[in-house]
Amino acid sequence: MKTPIRLVSLLAAAFVAVTASGGHAVAQDIKIGTVLSATGPASFLGSPEEKTLRLYVDKINAAGGVLGKKIALVVYDDGADPTKARTFATRLIEVDKVTAMVGGTTTGTSLAMAPIFEDAHIPFISLAGAVEIIEPVRKYVFKTPQTDRMACEKIFGDLKARKLTKIGMISGTDAFGKSMHDQCLKIAGKYGISILADESYGAQDSDMTPQLTNIKNKPGIQAVVNPGFGQGPAIVTRNYRQLGITVPLYESHGVASKSYIKLAGPAAEGVRLPADALLVAEQLPKNDPQRAVDVAYKQTYEKATGEPVSTFGGHAYDGLFILVNAMKRARSTDPAKVRDEIEKTKHFIGTDGIFNMSPTDHLGLNLAAFRMLEIRNGDWKLLQAAR
Amino acid sequence: MAEVLQFCFSGLTVGAVYALVALGFTIIYNASDVVNFAQGEFVMLGGMVTVALAAAGMPLPVAAVAAVGVAAVVGVALHRLAIEPARGASPVGLIIITIGASIFIRGIAQVVFDKQFHKLPAFSGDTPFAVLGATILPQSLWVLGGTAAIVVGLHVFFERTLIGKAVAATAANRLAARLAGINTTSMMTLSFALAGAIGAVAGILVTPITLTSYNVGTLLALKGFAAGMLGGIGNPLGAVLGGLMLGLIEAFGAGYLSSAYKDGIAFVVILVVLFAFPRGLIGKRSAERV
Repeated sequence: MKTPIRLVSLLAAAFVAVTASGGHAVAQDIKIGTVLSATGPASFLGSPEEKTLRLYVDKINAAGGVLGKKIALVVYDDGADPTKARTFATRLIEVDKVTAMVGGTTTGTSLAMAPIFEDAHIPFISLAGAVEIIEPVRKYVFKTPQTDRMACEKIFGDLKARKLTKIGMISGTDAFGKSMHDQCLKIAGKYGISILADESYGAQDSDMTPQLTNIKNKPGIQAVVNPGFGQGPAIVTRNYRQLGITVPLYESHGVASKSYIKLAGPAAEGVRLPADALLVAEQLPKNDPQRAVDVAYKQTYEKATGEPVSTFGGHAYDGLFILVNAMKRARSTDPAKVRDEIEKTKHFIGTDGIFNMSPTDHLGLNLAAFRMLEIRNGDWKLLQAAR
Repeated sequence: MAEVLQFCFSGLTVGAVYALVALGFTIIYNASDVVNFAQGEFVMLGGMVTVALAAAGMPLPVAAVAAVGVAAVVGVALHRLAIEPARGASPVGLIIITIGASIFIRGIAQVVFDKQFHKLPAFSGDTPFAVLGATILPQSLWVLGGTAAIVVGLHVFFERTLIGKAVAATAANRLAARLAGINTTSMMTLSFALAGAIGAVAGILVTPITLTSYNVGTLLALKGFAAGMLGGIGNPLGAVLGGLMLGLIEAFGAGYLSSAYKDGIAFVVILVVLFAFPRGLIGKRSAERV
């Protein structure tokens, strides 16, 4: 009986010693936390985000760090589970005591974590799409990707220019798909668009032909819009061609990665979507202010990881540098001071666009941050220059 | 009328996969009374191993056969390393062991392969056939044909071969089978291998249509289990019937009622059926199997 108890207390003592010394060693560093969905259904978003953050934190540290200190990145993987994300958010604040957080891969996890950072007064720069993250404005919550509402506006603008006004929608029931669906419905009237068919599918569904058959059979539909991310849109695209639907198909920025083209195969030809300039960095005109940033990030990322660049890693790049610049301007790592400086971000050229934040706009991008792309010959093609 | 046919095609294709998963449940349940929630992982392994081997340069048919082999070996390992040592455990305990095994296999797959979605090329092209205004992919015919072949093959195996009869005997009455000189443990191991192989075949057939990733197994296991319950757990014919019905209910639910509630509709139908026929559509012969 005695030995186990001694063993346990010994282990406990060792554990305390290890954690205590661990805490000491990094006390000098600036701690930046991140909770990402590096595994699970959103892994293809979370994984490039994680690689980007690690890559650029190493670069910043190698160049001397920020304010003379090194950055220590604390990474947690929530597997796209909002409950886990909440737990990790609490851990970042209470155990790791981070200065700020850049993360939150999905809308679901970001919305779950936002109140925690808001209550703890720790700046949180989200990497997820939905407009609900920053509307209504929360004092400590920011985000870098264009919103789903902007995606709807961009798509509807393009539809209007093509004189296509009667559309069908097929949306994912995940947080991203649902939020974008609601935003599109809200602003459709403004663009004179009427939505004749409104279908949905589960994020893990493997066959959408019944829903698409209904859309196909609705007379008068001139285009179809598919808000969603993950494998769902790839299957929608394949089913779309299988059923022989010929009207234009619009995807969202949620599929803006090469894996969508790969999974959907030839079915993706002719699909249009609003996306970051990053995907077509080399196609941007020479005088485009984003060109230099996008080309540099693209080349750095592709060289370091051997993977094609995706916009999701770009969101993380923007978030990290908005934060680092704010810390530099604040000359402090005090969360409240850093927050004030993040809000004052002006004319920051990121991969997502040119950021001009304000107390009422915690994103700071306008529609010019989206480019309309078309998939041609298995690659992105820039359709028009930003206005 | 064309849409009815389209929903049928859609439902039958999806349902055939549920049927194969339910068959895997049935085979293992009959032989060992274990409800094996790792059944979905066999489907995942079939798809992912084929993808990985094909990517490594192996010809597709060879990669597919190898994947079936891998899944069968994993099935045997599951029985030998996890189920057999816990032989005396309660049914609930055994179920929890299989859930643990499924999480474990998923975790390993995530590390060995990756977390991305993958596809396989369709066996005979992507050009859909038009049938009376509806369309069906050649791959769907492969799925349906493959399912039919497996069902017929299993029937022949259980009814016409000595080993098959030994497995059936083990399923019917383990003590009597052992008294008759059958090595029941080996027969159970064989059942796990068989269930693994069938799951893998399902995974390979369906990956060109549905895509695959390390975590597709969970949902398939749930749907397959529901299909098995619907048909009557322990009855191979019931498993196939339940799977096809579940697929059709989902497709018609999505098409005619509401795509947002299609999973809900399917489960309501299952509940209603189980109220009316507590042992499933084709109930099992004996209820006293504890």
